[in-house]
Amino acid sequence: MNSNAWIISIGASLAAATPIVLAALGAILHERAGVLNLGVEGMMLIGAVAAFLAADAWGNVWLALLCGILAGGSLAIIHSLLAVTFRANQIVAGLALTIFGTGVAKYLGEPVNGVAISTSINEIKMPFVGNLPAVGRVLFQQDVLTYATWAAVILVSLYINRTRLGLALRAVGESPATADAQGISVARVRHVHVLLGGLFAGAGGAYQALARAPGWNQEATTNGIGWIALSLVVFATWRPGRALFGAFIFGFAIRSQFTFQAQGITIIPSLVLDILPYALTIIVLIVMSFGTARQRLGAPAALGMPFVRDER
Amino acid sequence: MKKSFRIGAAILGLALVAAACGDDKTTETTMAPGDTSVMTDAPAGDPLKVAFVYVGPIGDAGWTKKHDDGRLALEAEFGEAIEVKYIESVPEGPDSQQVLEELVAEGTDLIFATSFGYMDQMVAVSEANPDVCFQHATGYMTTDNLGTYFGAAEEARYLSGIAAGHSSASGKIGYVAAFPIPEVLRGINAFTLGAQSINPDATVQVVWTSTWFGPDIEKQAAESLLDAGVDVVAQHQDTAAAGEAALAAGAKWLGYNDDMSRFAPEAWLTGPVWDWAPYYIKTTQEVIDGTCSNAQYYGTMADGMVGLASYGDSVDQATRDHIEAVKATIIDGSFKPFTGPINDQDGNEKVAAGESPDLGTLLGMDYLVEGVIGSAKG
Repeated sequence: MNSNAWIISIGASLAAATPIVLAALGAILHERAGVLNLGVEGMMLIGAVAAFLAADAWGNVWLALLCGILAGGSLAIIHSLLAVTFRANQIVAGLALTIFGTGVAKYLGEPVNGVAISTSINEIKMPFVGNLPAVGRVLFQQDVLTYATWAAVILVSLYINRTRLGLALRAVGESPATADAQGISVARVRHVHVLLGGLFAGAGGAYQALARAPGWNQEATTNGIGWIALSLVVFATWRPGRALFGAFIFGFAIRSQFTFQAQGITIIPSLVLDILPYALTIIVLIVMSFGTARQRLGAPAALGMPFVRDER
Repeated sequence: MKKSFRIGAAILGLALVAAACGDDKTTETTMAPGDTSVMTDAPAGDPLKVAFVYVGPIGDAGWTKKHDDGRLALEAEFGEAIEVKYIESVPEGPDSQQVLEELVAEGTDLIFATSFGYMDQMVAVSEANPDVCFQHATGYMTTDNLGTYFGAAEEARYLSGIAAGHSSASGKIGYVAAFPIPEVLRGINAFTLGAQSINPDATVQVVWTSTWFGPDIEKQAAESLLDAGVDVVAQHQDTAAAGEAALAAGAKWLGYNDDMSRFAPEAWLTGPVWDWAPYYIKTTQEVIDGTCSNAQYYGTMADGMVGLASYGDSVDQATRDHIEAVKATIIDGSFKPFTGPINDQDGNEKVAAGESPDLGTLLGMDYLVEGVIGSAKG
């Protein structure tokens, strides 16, 4: 067995985790505010198609990334309107958003079906540390967006736990009535964080189309990553650091099914490895479904519940 | 009062969303007036209804796109004499039955379904609807009104194996493959024999992805092969993602289905390509004339259903000449890619020296040849 190949695969798993982490960070933000958004997959796809269209038109990868981020955000505004302003059922609204986002993305992507990408986000090798054995390959030869994502994990974590705004966010998610009594605008906090969630999901989709599998391949571009991110939030008990760790485990589970085969290890059938990430998700969801566990693991108490001041 | 208004508005919003995204998979196409002279005996105003059922989106740049090119050629050929529609991204298995039944209910006369996994449903629906003609790509079951069509991709696979054998300095070649079914195993084996005709020690390492169309997955599979030290990657997949991985690693790449060179020109060698148009035109003409073929049609390089894509810049003239020479012997029938002695991975003789298996044996191929690393069971 080739240990070098495993080191490379661990490094690759970190890059594969990037879009999952981005989408999960966004989901943590709006779920911490008490809004469930099952539209993550739709927002990612919109982000992916917008990024690809922009890359195709202008050939600038950073402009493309920006377009992807904004496109994800604009779809989130629809959810924000439905879930926060109109207090619609958040599950239904979110599912509708995914279906809607997928349809719109496919429509917009029609002209670039089968078009080769002109520019993409490439890995950079950091000077000095990039040459370290093993660690250098894993940690210091990633693309810019992966580094930015790691930074975002730290920033979001600090924001939620160490700032006044973060405290307001948690208050809104745990007990909107109390937050309201303290003079915090529940609706405003929720609107802002649903939008932030959309921006992050858009970035995740853009990364997928610009770096992971450069190109526009309809639904297969994101291939269900949005759903993995949503379950990862539960797995990570709404904490950014754990989401990063969890995304890495998911990324490695996806990757290792091929590394096992490429290294000629056929003891575990590839189909078993194939279902590993999803089996993991199901187990976590089952554990989470017990009420007491849900509380202990830190689910925002008001998650999925619209806040209606006059009916309090 | 205020609350019920808001709920009402939300429901209205959702209804609009649902309406906007409904029915996005079905697209009906009507061609501009074309040459209708071939249809002199058909009653005007009653065009033959033809439908295509695709496993992927037409923009997949691969398998489905080539079938759709065939559809466009068919429409150009018959013009207003036929009415053609297609349905994209139809899942294999039980879900496809509903799609087929809907097409029959709409009065479709001829249905082409283009993936192996529709087979049981094609059999069931064709038996229930004897007046409709069914044509199933890659399947092996027929009924009175269900024919199959496919082609000897192994001929072009063998030729692309020659290109890989010339290109690979290490003799270690990778192969990203979807599912361990006979069609795919046959391709891997022919490819390996082609590579070994240049370098007898060449190995072909297979990684299974369990998907026909999944760019991220295909790319990761290719990357893991490149990590393991291969310097050429071939594929039985419907996107060009493996090419992007090969390009990034400075390796070479062979595509499939269509000329994919534009996705990674520096990495591109060549690859097998399909041309379905002649079969679609021939079969449609037969249905217009009142017959429905229920044969198992197997196209070849000789009849043009199978071909080889353009060569990449790194394929030198000597290699091209060699490939073209072998291609000529395949087309004139003097050479068959599967000619013994052929052993399986365990060294058991599968084809005796000088012999070549008949079509039925080829279509049921369930082993990998010597020199392939990987499991024939996925």
